[in-house]
Amino acid sequence: MPMPTRLTREEVLHIADLAKLALTEDEVALYGEQLSDILAHAEALNRLDTASIPPTAHVTETRNVYREDVPRQSLRPDEALANAPDRQDDWVRVRAVFE
Amino acid sequence: MHPYALTIHEAAELLADGRITAVGLTEAVLARIAAVDGRVHAYLRVAAEDALAQAAEADRRRAAGEHHPLLGIPLAIKDVLCTAGLETTCGSRILEGFVPPYSATAVARLRAAGAVLLGKTNTDEFAMGSSTENSAYGPTHNPWDLDRVPGGSSGGSAAAVAAGECLGALGSDTGGSVRQPAAHCGVVGLKPTYGRVSRYGLVAFASSLDQVGPLARDVTDCALLLEAIAGHDPLDATSSERPVPAYRRALGRGVEGLRIGVPREYLVEGTQAEVAAAVEAALDVWRGLGAEILEVSLPHTEYALPTYYLLAPAEASSNLARYDGVRYGYSHPEVREMWDTFYRTRGAAFGPEVKRRIMLGTYALSAGYYDAYYLKAQQVRTLIKGDFDRALERCDVLVAPTTPTTAFRLGEKTADPLEMYLSDVFTLSLNLAGLPGISVPCGFSGGLPIGVQVIGGAFQEEIVLQAAHAYEQATAWRRTPPL
Repeated sequence: MPMPTRLTREEVLHIADLAKLALTEDEVALYGEQLSDILAHAEALNRLDTASIPPTAHVTETRNVYREDVPRQSLRPDEALANAPDRQDDWVRVRAVFE
Repeated sequence: MHPYALTIHEAAELLADGRITAVGLTEAVLARIAAVDGRVHAYLRVAAEDALAQAAEADRRRAAGEHHPLLGIPLAIKDVLCTAGLETTCGSRILEGFVPPYSATAVARLRAAGAVLLGKTNTDEFAMGSSTENSAYGPTHNPWDLDRVPGGSSGGSAAAVAAGECLGALGSDTGGSVRQPAAHCGVVGLKPTYGRVSRYGLVAFASSLDQVGPLARDVTDCALLLEAIAGHDPLDATSSERPVPAYRRALGRGVEGLRIGVPREYLVEGTQAEVAAAVEAALDVWRGLGAEILEVSLPHTEYALPTYYLLAPAEASSNLARYDGVRYGYSHPEVREMWDTFYRTRGAAFGPEVKRRIMLGTYALSAGYYDAYYLKAQQVRTLIKGDFDRALERCDVLVAPTTPTTAFRLGEKTADPLEMYLSDVFTLSLNLAGLPGISVPCGFSGGLPIGVQVIGGAFQEEIVLQAAHAYEQATAWRRTPPL
């Protein structure tokens, strides 16, 4: 379980790429530092032996909530698309996905 | 007393007696907003015309024989909750101009009860922050000292309640964002048990931690607001089916024989002496009222902060992936191909704290690091929850400070994210454990409010409210800030 001490520039760029964030060079440097500081702080968790501890994903008492497969009223297309930046009829228009 | 300074239950009596109308009350609060919000900046937008129309409707409903404690009561809504037809930005540029086509369930329930919605209050961007300084629209100022923060992320709601700019408000609490600003602004703020209040329409930050919570001037008001918004919602699969008690009936039961646990790990270095002293004095009040005080231990307390700052950003990185410039919100105009839309929209319109947390969360979930960070944090979450379950076997509620210090100055903690995160050290654990907690005013230091926190077991809001109410009735901390 590798926990690197400081993030490299390449790692910061990789994370930004996964998160679809365009960063300036200044941001890459700043966030790299800040994230490294926060992750260093998080290393404290390694002091705990959690080998036999089950993870908690959520603290709700509900499980597998179902409903009957009956159609019901939802948003009309014009309501749902009212905030679309680029709309054509009942479609949202985007830039080309493939070259 | 100025109508804007009334509590909800005081105003409800006057409304019921016909001594004030909902329109008159709303006009008074709107006038107060006009008088002070230029300095406080609690609101991002005030919907005055709509509010007056809703108030007139409330007066008509009352004349037709309806009565409800919230009928005609003017309230404010944190801008992370969707309000149909009213712009909702989450304090972000990426949702500037976004008008939701639906209302959050909590909001809809308040409207159904006849409450008047005054407008949307300021918030740290996407509820990420502890000071409301991360709002893309400028910070909110603490009504007790305008050079200081109101706390966050529900700083706008807390400041609005404190300043008389509404009679009550809704906020959201993921790591302390209702309780901490309540403490800093000298008002009451409650985070319900996870699942007690529907999250439908609450713009998601961390789905396993978020809860909608009320802020008000006293415990009775919080109980009334909670009663109105709590309960199962088919639109939120994480909402509990447990029936909603009439929380107002828990008030006045007193604390004779109540066992109050004080976690020894919460007596930390870095807690301001006056805060610690105020909490000690509060414990004395409870003791005097017949409660039994005992020391308990939450041994994994020191791990709550790193646990939270891995889990919350991880969940946020997933929840905020939807802001891509395609279906709503800001869309970067200078793009050649699809991917540019994603990268440039998000790069341009998210603020630094949001980007930091998205990146932290993305890293913690990424291949090769998931086990070391995210899974590990989930395992520690189990340990933290276990601490509370064990402590609450020996006592009915826990009491702790809400915050380690009184409100800090604007700009004081913005340079170091970690320092900012430390403000939530007493509140985070409850979100991890899913437990209810309330902050009530318990004193002042240098003119700045101090809050004490009462924590209960899951779905034990009645006992939490009962204990908080007993303390409140035995003391007199309700004041209006010198605005």
